[in-house]
Amino acid sequence: MKIVVCVKFVPDTATKIKIAASGKEIDLADVAFVVNPYDEYAVEEALKIKEKLGGEIVVVGAGSEQATAGLRTCLAMGADSAILVSDPSLEKADSYVLGTALARVCRNLNPDLIFFGKHAIGVDNGQVPSVVAEQLDLPQATVVTKLDIQDKSFRAERDIEGAHEIVEGSLPAVITAQKGLNIPRYASLKGIMAAKKKQIAIQALSSLGLSAEDVKPRVSVEQMTLPPSRPPGKILKGDVSEVVPQLVKLLHEEAKII
Amino acid sequence: MSQGILVFIEEREGKVKKTSLEALSAARKLADTLMEPVVALRVGTGSLSANLAQYGADKIVNAQHELLKTYSTEGYCATVVQVAQKIQPRFILGSASAMGRDLLPRVAARLGVGLAQDCIEAHLVEGQQLECVRPVFAGKAYSRVRLLMAPAMATLRPNVFAAGVGDTARSAETEPFTPELNPAQIHASVKEIRVSAGLKIELTEANIVVSGGRGMKGPENFPIVEALADALGGAMGASRAAVDAGWIDHQHQVGQTGKTVSPTLYIACGISGAIQHLAGMSSSKYIVAINKDPEAPIFNVADYGIVGDLFAVLPALTDAVKKLKSS
Repeated sequence: MKIVVCVKFVPDTATKIKIAASGKEIDLADVAFVVNPYDEYAVEEALKIKEKLGGEIVVVGAGSEQATAGLRTCLAMGADSAILVSDPSLEKADSYVLGTALARVCRNLNPDLIFFGKHAIGVDNGQVPSVVAEQLDLPQATVVTKLDIQDKSFRAERDIEGAHEIVEGSLPAVITAQKGLNIPRYASLKGIMAAKKKQIAIQALSSLGLSAEDVKPRVSVEQMTLPPSRPPGKILKGDVSEVVPQLVKLLHEEAKII
Repeated sequence: MSQGILVFIEEREGKVKKTSLEALSAARKLADTLMEPVVALRVGTGSLSANLAQYGADKIVNAQHELLKTYSTEGYCATVVQVAQKIQPRFILGSASAMGRDLLPRVAARLGVGLAQDCIEAHLVEGQQLECVRPVFAGKAYSRVRLLMAPAMATLRPNVFAAGVGDTARSAETEPFTPELNPAQIHASVKEIRVSAGLKIELTEANIVVSGGRGMKGPENFPIVEALADALGGAMGASRAAVDAGWIDHQHQVGQTGKTVSPTLYIACGISGAIQHLAGMSSSKYIVAINKDPEAPIFNVADYGIVGDLFAVLPALTDAVKKLKSS
């Protein structure tokens, strides 16, 4: 079974966000990057399927060459090879353009399964998987918490509001991973050493044969701002018999919520 | 010449989702400025549980097909796209619900256009272009984005746009639509829906959320949180610490790697307020913190806080709320 996992290198969740001077992006100085946490579930699921059914795992990233560090982590977890579609423009590309580039790479790989994390921390979009599925004419199951793979079909449980949907479909397919799908393994020392010998192929965006129309932006970021700051609140101290009625009064009369 | 706004209306268990009415109301406001119509599209032909005309629809398209009896991304996508090709809307809007987030990006991909996902604000610029504000970095920043191609698409965050009460005097024409669907084009579909035990109200749509964190000390104490949530008619949430400790199911997790909520009232019990948790709830209108540590970062974002023992405070608060509601 040939499995592709698309992986993004993203700012760590603990990052304190500052807006860059341009006003259109975050300030990346001193920001630590990690493999998107949701992509780790995707890599782990690919590894489990490979252990059960055999095959090969290719991790694919897109962006500037910094992203190779994230791909190396996935290779250390156990993926077999990696491809980076390299172009600085892909760092800020919208979902359509990024998805179109990844779809082209995936098409060339002809996989049975394409995994993503449900969304990339940061842009929080969750659209690229649908672009890839659409352009490759594949079914998709998103936000998946349980997955069974047979030779030519899949059965996925996915999160919806207050319920789980069971989706069944044929392979090849695009699956996006949700927390709870599995527990991602840490790269072992052996895995880290082995990863040094595994190949990360760098493909130039221009080599993919995309048209000008393919890479034309569909969405522009006009401005990025910090959320409005909250004024200091009323902190009540004292006996339960005093503070609880005070709080209820505030919620009832001031906030008018209850 | 594109005009008008197409709104995808989601139904679950035969009921129109409130979040779809929010999207419809938002579309109505934009359409009023554009002086163009709003078309509501739903899959199904049975009677609607909500009056879509009241909430802003000028026309209601009832799409039906044997292959649409259960949800499939590809089947619903083809349906929305075919309706869009017929009416050529300026914008296509929907809720950023689980279905919306699965379906509408596929529609955008098929139409070759952009989509602003999970927006908290939408407005017109230069007369007729759509611009939206959406939280990024789990709400640690806001991004104002412009959709550059028609139809401009956006999904709206649940519980942010008011559905309002609408106008019962409004009327809408209805129209049936049968999409052209081929079973060979639908490679996956929903076979079954299993309602989750224990999640009475969906967090992402709830108006009131009461969450428990590490301070709850164990799974056996979460009923205290649930009791307050029930008294308030709200949903129960949890911090990552509580979920990772196995005290409560991850479907209750609020935070950067959990759910993002935007309730009118968020009560954080025994939650210290790590950046990642705040990322999931900081757009709550009112935040109340109950924690025995006066230095807990949660107090920096709280509108009201009680420094005290939550095991004493929560039951007392639950009682007080019940008394207030019954008076």
